[in-house]
Amino acid sequence: MTARSDGAAPSADVVLCPGGPMLVRGARRVVDADGSVHEVDRPVVALCRCELSRSLPWCDATHKRLPGERQPR
Amino acid sequence: MHLPAPRGKLSASLADALRRPNPGPVEASHAESEEDAALALWMLHELSYSGFADVDEAHEWDVGLLTLRLDLESRLESELRDRFPGLPAAEPSDDLAAAFFEYVGGHNGPSVASYVHTDATAEQVLELLRWRSVYHLKETDPSTFALARLPRPARAALAELLYDEYGAGRPERLHSHLFAEALRSVDLDPDDAHVDLVPLEVLELNNAVTMFGLHRRLRGAAMGHLAAFECTSSVPAGRLVQGLQRLDFPQPVVDYYAEHVLADAVHEQVAVRDILLPLVADHPAQLEQVFFGAFTCLDQEARVSRILLDRWDVAA
Repeated sequence: MTARSDGAAPSADVVLCPGGPMLVRGARRVVDADGSVHEVDRPVVALCRCELSRSLPWCDATHKRLPGERQPR
Repeated sequence: MHLPAPRGKLSASLADALRRPNPGPVEASHAESEEDAALALWMLHELSYSGFADVDEAHEWDVGLLTLRLDLESRLESELRDRFPGLPAAEPSDDLAAAFFEYVGGHNGPSVASYVHTDATAEQVLELLRWRSVYHLKETDPSTFALARLPRPARAALAELLYDEYGAGRPERLHSHLFAEALRSVDLDPDDAHVDLVPLEVLELNNAVTMFGLHRRLRGAAMGHLAAFECTSSVPAGRLVQGLQRLDFPQPVVDYYAEHVLADAVHEQVAVRDILLPLVADHPAQLEQVFFGAFTCLDQEARVSRILLDRWDVAA
């Protein structure tokens, strides 16, 4: 593990956000648990980790409404 | 864009001055009301965006007009700083991201989106779109002014966020363009912000975010404002989508808000973790600015929501 002197997290393509989604940079397609293929049309996507999004597989910030212990780690 | 209708002596004399080849001095002391002063500042700021059809572009840097702008901005900043209660009591520097999300989550202002979700009429939603147009027709542009003033990691992160806001290389996906398309679909003018129809609080909200973007000294406030805005966007946008579908609004309006559910769920993470953290690490004094900007965003949004809900006779 390395930390940078300027305080920024080291740049990464996949980032697990505490309590929130997984950010993925530069993806072209995402296959969800049902095998459906979702085309990616933005530079960074947020994939839902709490599984309660109304727009799965994407995060729609629903995790914020969960109590702390039910939020993704 | 055309010059708006004056709301007092100051905005009237400013409009006259703007139409002249040599504007000459305009005194802030002519302001008849806060609304008059806010409209004048909004007009001066517009010179740094797309400007007005009948105003010389060079007036953006006219010394007399800049003097007036600084005077009005200094009054606005004093007012906003008076409202700011200061940093949250718990020291936020240990885990700034968690502290920031908690701070924003703790501001439960009145929700226009919840009302639109379940009760608003189509006419009320049209009014909301007109009020929002003043900002959304130049969506993200105030943050772009701050881009070159950020430390390297924060600048890279903001550029990534802006690339998405500006359509990721596709002009038809620009968020401000999506909003213009939404207005067009409900027969509202997409080329002129509906500034003549909006109250003081909407002008002030727009003036604050432009002021934060245009002054390097306020870059922390600009980014705190941006982060707070992104953190309070996805969930309300989802409610608006459901309300718009309930009212059978045209698809471009639904699409505009649906885009923000997903985009802003990304942007809030990028803004807090990749912009605010390195910004404050680079310059710890920016911490206070960040929370000042965030508070201003939340407070002004709450003021606008309260007035709108009052107009609609809804208990906030």
